[in-house]
Amino acid sequence: MRDFTDSELERYSRHIILEDVGIEGQEKICDAKVLVIGAGGLGSPVALYLAAAGVGTIGIADGDVVDLSNLQRQVIHTTADVGTPKVESAKNKMLAINPALTVNTHHKMLFADNILGVIQPYDFVIDGTDNFATKFLVNDACVLAGKPFSHGGILRFAGQTMSVKPRQSACYACVFGQPPPPGLVPTCSSAGILGAVAGMLGAIQAAEALKFITGSGAPLYDQLLSFDAKTMNFRKVPLKRNPNCRVCGADGVKALRDYEQVVCEVKNAKNS
Amino acid sequence: MKLTINGEPKEIANPTLTVTELLKQEGVSMPDMVTVQLNDEFLRPHQYPDVTVSDGDTINFLYFMGGGQ
Repeated sequence: MRDFTDSELERYSRHIILEDVGIEGQEKICDAKVLVIGAGGLGSPVALYLAAAGVGTIGIADGDVVDLSNLQRQVIHTTADVGTPKVESAKNKMLAINPALTVNTHHKMLFADNILGVIQPYDFVIDGTDNFATKFLVNDACVLAGKPFSHGGILRFAGQTMSVKPRQSACYACVFGQPPPPGLVPTCSSAGILGAVAGMLGAIQAAEALKFITGSGAPLYDQLLSFDAKTMNFRKVPLKRNPNCRVCGADGVKALRDYEQVVCEVKNAKNS
Repeated sequence: MKLTINGEPKEIANPTLTVTELLKQEGVSMPDMVTVQLNDEFLRPHQYPDVTVSDGDTINFLYFMGGGQ
């Protein structure tokens, strides 16, 4: 049993007062370890909310530095951070909100040969990546390592998310199979994204992580939540695990491999 | 035939239709942009030309969304 100080009781009072969280739930949050992959449009709101919630250990993985074109949506970074590694900028803001946290920075791109070591210490993983190669790799690694995670994807005015409990609920590959053919589906700066849509989806992913940690509510297992901010229609599509899934099925993933990286079709665009 | 497409009931004039034809009719410009769920099962793109939909089927087109940064 953790002895919360008076200031911790005050800081977390609006959680503690929640019937579904309480002191015990807040203890679980403070003891939890969550990895956020990508310190961008999705990772920014996720990291801010997890830090504010008091998640005791937060890992943040990203190989980029802050670019001026990021600031329209990546709300954890400021104008003064341009040129700074995103993981450092994000760490500073998280600790400014909540100095008691441990923030681990992983300033690198994740590939088949390093991702398992990065995710290993964490209880839950957030996919806030910006390309299909990494999204499928995160799925494969989490299934292989048995780490529950939240998938998130955004495009223009739309977003989608599902939570995955490896080998128990449908995984990203059960639903989407393989990355789409290179160049067909816009993923990056060429398509555009309404900044607030990234915030909407990131907040949902943060809520999923906190639900998982506290055991409250029903995570988005076997469901894909998708929304279109133009109409504000939200829809949950029921999913079923594919017993023959090439990743989480009986003959599923045994070792990781890198997927082909899709190069953004707009030549002069920045890569995030 | 009556179908449920992306959660909405829809009356389709054709008596039979492949998934490829249905995607075209529903304005999905490139079949590779979506994953298709027919009733409970997910289809893969190579199956779209051969699988037909029939009265009472539930179809969801889920778009690939690769953004995050």
